[in-house]
Amino acid sequence: MKVTIEVNGRGVSDEVEDRTLLVHFIRDNAGLTATNVGCDTTSCGACTVLLDGESVKSCTVLAAQAEGHTVTTLEGLSGEHEGELHPVQRAFRDQHGLQCGFCTPGMIMASVSLLAHNPKPAREEIRRGLEGNLCRCTGYHNIVNAVADASGQEAGR
Amino acid sequence: MSIVGTRVVRVEDGTLITAGGTYVEDLREEALAGAAHAVFVRSPLAHARITGIDVSAALAEPGVLAVFTAADVDLPPQPAGPVPQPWLAEGVVRYVGEPVALVLTERRYQLADAAELVDVDYDPLPAVASIEAALTGETVIHAELDGNVAQSNGLAPDGFDENAFDGCEVVVERTIVNQRVAPAPLEVRGAACSWGPGGRLTCWLSTQNPQIARMTVAAALGVGEDEVRIVAPDVGGGFGAKIGADPEAVLLAWAARTAGRPVRWTETRSENLTAMTHGRAQRNTVTIGGRRDGTVEVVRLDVVQDAGAYPRALFLPTLTELMAPGVYRFPRVETGSRAVVTTTTPVAAYRGAGRPEATAAVERGMDLFAAEIGMDPAEVRRVNFIRPDEFPYRTPTGATYDSGEYAAALDKVLAAAGYDELRAEQAARRSAGDVVALGLGIAAYVEITGGDAGGESGRIDIHRDGSVTAYTGSSPHGQGLATSLAMLLSDQLGVAMDRITVRHGDTDEVPKGIGTFGSRSLQLGGSAVRQAADEVLARATELAAELMEAAPGDIELDRDSGEWRVRGAPAGPAITWARLAEHAGDDALSADVWFAEGTPTFPFGAHLAVVEVDTQTGNVRLRRLVALDDAGPVVNPLAFEGQRHGGLGQGSAQALLEVMNYDEDGNPTTATLADYSFISATELPDFELVDMETPTTRNPLGVKGIGEAATIGSTPAVHNAVVDALSHLGVRHLDMPATPLRVWQALAGARKES
Amino acid sequence: MIPARFTYLRASSVDEAIAMLGQYGDEAKVLAGGHSLLPLMKLRLAAPEVLVDITSVEGLRYVRHEGGDIAIGALTRYHDLHGDPVLAEHAPLLAHVAGEVGDQQVRHRGTIGGSLVHADPAADLSAAVLASDGVLVVSGPGGRREIPAAEFFLGPFTTPLLPDELLTEIRVPAAAGTGWGFEKFRRRAIDWAIVGVAVSGTAVALINMAGVPVRAAATERALAEGASLADAAALAAEGTSPVEEPHASAEYRAHLARVLTARALEQAPG
Repeated sequence: MKVTIEVNGRGVSDEVEDRTLLVHFIRDNAGLTATNVGCDTTSCGACTVLLDGESVKSCTVLAAQAEGHTVTTLEGLSGEHEGELHPVQRAFRDQHGLQCGFCTPGMIMASVSLLAHNPKPAREEIRRGLEGNLCRCTGYHNIVNAVADASGQEAGR
Repeated sequence: MSIVGTRVVRVEDGTLITAGGTYVEDLREEALAGAAHAVFVRSPLAHARITGIDVSAALAEPGVLAVFTAADVDLPPQPAGPVPQPWLAEGVVRYVGEPVALVLTERRYQLADAAELVDVDYDPLPAVASIEAALTGETVIHAELDGNVAQSNGLAPDGFDENAFDGCEVVVERTIVNQRVAPAPLEVRGAACSWGPGGRLTCWLSTQNPQIARMTVAAALGVGEDEVRIVAPDVGGGFGAKIGADPEAVLLAWAARTAGRPVRWTETRSENLTAMTHGRAQRNTVTIGGRRDGTVEVVRLDVVQDAGAYPRALFLPTLTELMAPGVYRFPRVETGSRAVVTTTTPVAAYRGAGRPEATAAVERGMDLFAAEIGMDPAEVRRVNFIRPDEFPYRTPTGATYDSGEYAAALDKVLAAAGYDELRAEQAARRSAGDVVALGLGIAAYVEITGGDAGGESGRIDIHRDGSVTAYTGSSPHGQGLATSLAMLLSDQLGVAMDRITVRHGDTDEVPKGIGTFGSRSLQLGGSAVRQAADEVLARATELAAELMEAAPGDIELDRDSGEWRVRGAPAGPAITWARLAEHAGDDALSADVWFAEGTPTFPFGAHLAVVEVDTQTGNVRLRRLVALDDAGPVVNPLAFEGQRHGGLGQGSAQALLEVMNYDEDGNPTTATLADYSFISATELPDFELVDMETPTTRNPLGVKGIGEAATIGSTPAVHNAVVDALSHLGVRHLDMPATPLRVWQALAGARKES
Repeated sequence: MIPARFTYLRASSVDEAIAMLGQYGDEAKVLAGGHSLLPLMKLRLAAPEVLVDITSVEGLRYVRHEGGDIAIGALTRYHDLHGDPVLAEHAPLLAHVAGEVGDQQVRHRGTIGGSLVHADPAADLSAAVLASDGVLVVSGPGGRREIPAAEFFLGPFTTPLLPDELLTEIRVPAAAGTGWGFEKFRRRAIDWAIVGVAVSGTAVALINMAGVPVRAAATERALAEGASLADAAALAAEGTSPVEEPHASAEYRAHLARVLTARALEQAPG
């Protein structure tokens, strides 16, 4: 079937199998490989993207279901000005909120969505908000710091 | 001011936070154009005879290029272990997840369809799904291994001195399960192999050690190492389970050669949870004898390692034995170990690899001893710590610890945590009959890093524009080593960070190297780069002297400006690195070294965990984790703390949640991430880090490894805290993970006994 | 993993969806948020030949106060429910429970209708709707019919829905001011409940204490007869049949049901 999805502001149209998962459409058809697959049970959140502005796990959405909708991936994030980092991207770097980087695209997109709903989350709210994103490297400590920092709050050590 | 010791954001991060890393699955290399996709058909049974394999239906499926079984594979046997695992199962399968066939298809979406059509007939054999089942010897898994024992070290089990504990006022003994866990790096395993013109193989591999992988692949395929290039692109975590090249990677290279086209492979997560090696999986009996004043006189550790179906890491129980004395001046330590085979996934290294098991057993044992004599667990440890003036300290098991401040570490942690106030809160809750019990858990640990005692490569090139490229045989995959090495070089050479590039992971660029495991990278890889820089500095001094017509002894490098001057003439003429490189000509301002003085070091620390246990539901909440991890001088505190955080998370996860379970038939019951309790942000607290830096003299940097340390301390600290919370209710021990069900059962058991 | 091959059909109206379901019968499955179905298909535990995607059907995503009822469109997502002011006032239990399902991303996709039709005995919303005396409105070729929640859950993953019927609406009595409580016990935040309890007024529904969500009948009887909350809660496991699993024995589940019922009742004054 033919599927057309607006990915990071660009219309991507391709002929795909009906069963194509959104994450594979993003990676293989749109050619954007930041979005990762870390599991097969909707558990890890590495594939998190924004679908019409809301975080979703793109491994559990069919490309066909996103037909006519808009998708934002890590590559589509940017700051206020051309070439600037998004505040969440900047904070992940500044707070060392990533190590191997594999969970990072999904973690950042989930954080962006979390902050859209709750612009000044308490640390416990950050933890709860990221419960669907697994990280094996950081023990989450600096991820929580990064989200706090991105929201303009004190990061803590 | 030196950049070393300051918080430097990582040079690695720019791409990772904007475009994502380039992991194996992300590669769009020309050499991989038209690559076939691969999937392994794996055994669904723990132990069975293969009575037939019918591949015809799979071959008839559109897009299927080839189906390989054991009969097709013309490779020499795997070199590892007493009973090498066949590349693909031959006649018998011995664990759920063992590869049986390899299928190649045109497109990725055809893989699972094709794999389902490979029809394998099995005749089930009895499973041996636990250490206990293995030790009965009723079902023999390998004819070569008598009684399923793959290795027997030292005194275990019959050689122990039966009079060892005579004369001890108090003896405690407990068998402690150090449960099997899944390393579960967030990036699963993957590889992509392409044979180029002239028959040279390039294999992109998610590995911690490209050079070791090259050796393995070349040897198996019967080609020279020059004919193989291994590239570790970005690697999404390894934790010990991506050391070298797994058999799947070798088979992939073989399949690419056989099929005459590139092949790529990424396992699924559910596949990963049974097909990647597991960690820990020991059953340890610890016996501690001593006096009522808290002095321990004799310790015995009897280790049984579950090696899985095909042993590949029999050094694990040996390391456990080595580290059995822990941080204590025990006069006598008896150890022994056996490794048994079971019909389960093979066990290999996982963050700590043999040392966490020792610490877990001894630290749990020390708490049992403390409880028995009615002494505070902190005090019992103080009585027995090795003292600062005793270093270097040779342990009864043959390790020689370099440096340590064990008592100071514990005292600092307890002070930072407010230990006395916490004990008072605990007492208040107990007397009030609070449903939620408070528990405090202490662990003091020492571990061994760079324990392989191998070396590492380091190379420095100063370019004609004055920029620097460093090459390391270490192969970082998240640790931030590129940043740390650049910091060291910036400091040493007076070159700005953004003029330094650190390269690793490609055997064509870095032909020699050992890689990253055992927390070795900074102490060995860093020392190698330091040594290379020293050589470059010596040569540069001569060149500068030539150019300035001065004696080499009168020339110095101004590290702030990165310029060479005559000593004592700060306003005088200066020479830049670029000028020196120009003058030196091709390759003359380079050094390529092998740092061979790789002596192990012994990081140490103390952790305090505070848990709240709901005595009605059994739920455990980790409220605080206060940790001191001393690995000597810190190069980049940001990365150093990150390593500790990660270790604290994984260590706590083992204590509270994670276990790879098998039922009696050898079926894994935690084989997806929905079932395997991978810890999330919600189950962890903010960590509280306490700093201390005790250098070592065993390498030029004075550093020890930090990659695994916090994992080792945190597991027993959290575990001890759970038991401590329940001690007033009669609970003396419960095995990890301290799940709500386990806690509830322990409480019920204690009530029954009292 | 990748699902087995299927044919994807997109319905743009309820009638079209019913017609498609009628055409393919048992071979078809309805796809809404997909967060129950797609994970099973990826593990190949389900392999329908046809998926009828109803996410483009207009007019099934709403929360409305209608007469004495709150009407909820079947495609309303957990996230919508959790933040809905009408629901927060008139069915606060449902609004709360919707925020406890899965994780942020799951709540952005998962729908109340999808959850109920999937009929997982561990589903939070099923028990909440059961405790709320909800009614499920179903559309089929012959028109609409209403099924009380108490008659909707027939067994694990089994409902009285016919292959060509579609759940379109959930109605619960508006219950502003009614006390409510919710307890969900699990190891990790993202795990399914080992046991859960939803209380609305004096109605008590249990999660994962049988093959279907069940009302704690003995507890409700005791409450009606004036027993103390603690005494009533002690009866919570009566008549239930919890499953035995490695991480939760049946005995432990029964114990949890009693403890959690007491706690949920204490949250729900009156």
